[in-house]
Amino acid sequence: MSGTFVGMPAFPKAAHEAVHDQTLRGNLRHATHTIRGKRATAVAEVSDWAALRDAGARIKDHTLRHLDGYLVQLEESVTAAGGTVHWAADADEANRIVAELVKETGESEVVKVKSMATQEIGLNEALEAEGIRAYETDLAELIVQLGKDRPSHILVPAIHRNRGEIRDIFAREMSEWGRPAPDGLTDTPAELAEAARLHLREKFLRAKVGVSGANFMVAETGTLVVVESEGNGRMCLTLPETLISVVGIEKVVPTWQDLEVFLQTLPRSSTAERMNPYTSTWTGTTDEDGPRDFHLVLLDNGRTDTLADEVGRQALRCIRCSACLNVCPVYERAGGHAYGSVYPGPIGAILSPQLRGTASEIDASLPYASTLCGACYEVCPVAIDIPEVLVHLRERVVQGGQVIQGGNKVVLKPAKGHAAERAAMRAAGWAFARPAALRTGQRLASRTRRLHPRSLPGPGKAWSGTRDLPAVPAEPFRDWWQRTHGGKDGAK
Amino acid sequence: MSSRERILGRVRRALADVRPDDTPYEQAVLREYLREHGERSVEETVDLLAENLADYRAIVHRCSAGDLPATIAGMLAARGAKTVLVPPGLETAWLAAADVERVPDRAESSARQLDQLDSVVTACAVAVAETGTIVLDGSPDQGRRRITLVPDHHICVVRVPDQVVSSVPQALELLDPARPLTWISGPSATSDIELDRVEGVHGPRTLEVILVG
Repeated sequence: MSGTFVGMPAFPKAAHEAVHDQTLRGNLRHATHTIRGKRATAVAEVSDWAALRDAGARIKDHTLRHLDGYLVQLEESVTAAGGTVHWAADADEANRIVAELVKETGESEVVKVKSMATQEIGLNEALEAEGIRAYETDLAELIVQLGKDRPSHILVPAIHRNRGEIRDIFAREMSEWGRPAPDGLTDTPAELAEAARLHLREKFLRAKVGVSGANFMVAETGTLVVVESEGNGRMCLTLPETLISVVGIEKVVPTWQDLEVFLQTLPRSSTAERMNPYTSTWTGTTDEDGPRDFHLVLLDNGRTDTLADEVGRQALRCIRCSACLNVCPVYERAGGHAYGSVYPGPIGAILSPQLRGTASEIDASLPYASTLCGACYEVCPVAIDIPEVLVHLRERVVQGGQVIQGGNKVVLKPAKGHAAERAAMRAAGWAFARPAALRTGQRLASRTRRLHPRSLPGPGKAWSGTRDLPAVPAEPFRDWWQRTHGGKDGAK
Repeated sequence: MSSRERILGRVRRALADVRPDDTPYEQAVLREYLREHGERSVEETVDLLAENLADYRAIVHRCSAGDLPATIAGMLAARGAKTVLVPPGLETAWLAAADVERVPDRAESSARQLDQLDSVVTACAVAVAETGTIVLDGSPDQGRRRITLVPDHHICVVRVPDQVVSSVPQALELLDPARPLTWISGPSATSDIELDRVEGVHGPRTLEVILVG
């Protein structure tokens, strides 16, 4: 089975290894640069992009602010349409529910549509432990599953693999899982796609249970929406007799009309298409068309903890398009694995530490996995101010304070690794509150400037290791201002 | 306490800052975006549909209502199709000229049986010009979702200009959410190898759209 993220080292360490991997760097650079230009073109095609983005943000914000009401409404609509709704407070509960539902059908295998929620809860591993084999059917997920790898991108989990590597994985591993790769398989994308088609066909045609996520759930109608490209989604949603959809509670939108915003912004942001090849919507069950049994598992798993943070809750607007990954200079170089979560990139850096808390080394380091350049905010189709949340989470890591974890109030201790930073800030705070001391200090610094070292000693060494220390001017600014009356005297 | 109560309780506690008189949905969601992009005549809208369908590698044909049976027959012959899957409510005249075995879709037809068939012919519910999308809603002339998925060749007939709208918002207004919908924009494709688009994965690898009218 694919690897897990448990026990990941902090971001700087994981990234340090990744940036020295030339193949990985090349693959990521090629893929992200390809999609960047295409996305810009697709977005420029619609003149009202800013208004669509604003509407998307407002719909999501409003829904989150009244999430309890919309979830109850959704439950009623789905139930009225013939579906069964389950509630899962955490990953274990969701996995248990799905495993039970599969066992009730008497089946021991399921086909899966690509789903971030089921990745997040480790469903495949949990099912494996119960003797149920889960087949990933999205091409990139298949590459990850066959390669016993970890996903490194939200949309294209195998973005870190180039065509040659994919060819090798298919040729080597497909026979372990079912139909082997065709003899003489080359690395042209069309041939690789054909190999996946043949390999998975057999599994689709015999599948009795499908497992999916959903991109959207409509509260007023009980409709679920899956947006995809390959047709594997349609296969999993329509051929099996039982369909189990595991969906985060933040995926609900109030009305059918709301889809008109997201069905325009998601494909353009995600694959840079006017519209993705296939979008399926279904409302409960339909006689003689598609699954007879439909189960919806509503997943919390840290979402309500995130909701409790008034600044951080905007992360729950995310529609998982991955545009922020594709433009991020840090992601482009460090790759997805360094983020230690199924949610990599800028959105992962604010989502993972909120969903999981900041207790682990990796989660405490994620808010720092950014240069705060803001490119992610600019491309976000629901206007999540990722830099704002990053800074907010840095504050939480350094200062500690009260947060909600697992639904309970917890007071976090300030993180240990930031003692020098805290001491420096305290010293600065003291000096700025005492003008006389500040003046004396500044004059002293100016007079001794020729003696200043070029890098900081002690705990500051790491900081100045990659930066030049700013040069201290010969005369402090305030002295200059008083001497020249703000430069009016023309004196230098 | 059930998980349902636990989660709803957590949501309510998390939203302690939201006042009971919070802006209602109608005012909170401003819809200042366009209902459609640009102004076009009816003919121009149909042309745009044809252009966008073709841009995503659907094969587009145009013909009059009278020529439709011959057009379909020609397409099936060119493909070498021997069997064609027929949804229950498809107009019989459409396939009148085709020299193929017509296989009606039955509820008991298995996916494996559908996999043996060469082609499928359906109507559609609505088509969206701006995105090059056809939408199927499971009406009798379109059939179950699986019949347009498993065979490798899908011929879809769009009545123009009646079934064509400009934009996604206009399409959603016309569609019934209670029906299972499939929005199709070109043949199946993937961007999973180096984020480059390749056509032809699990769905029909050939999508032919006939604009009739």
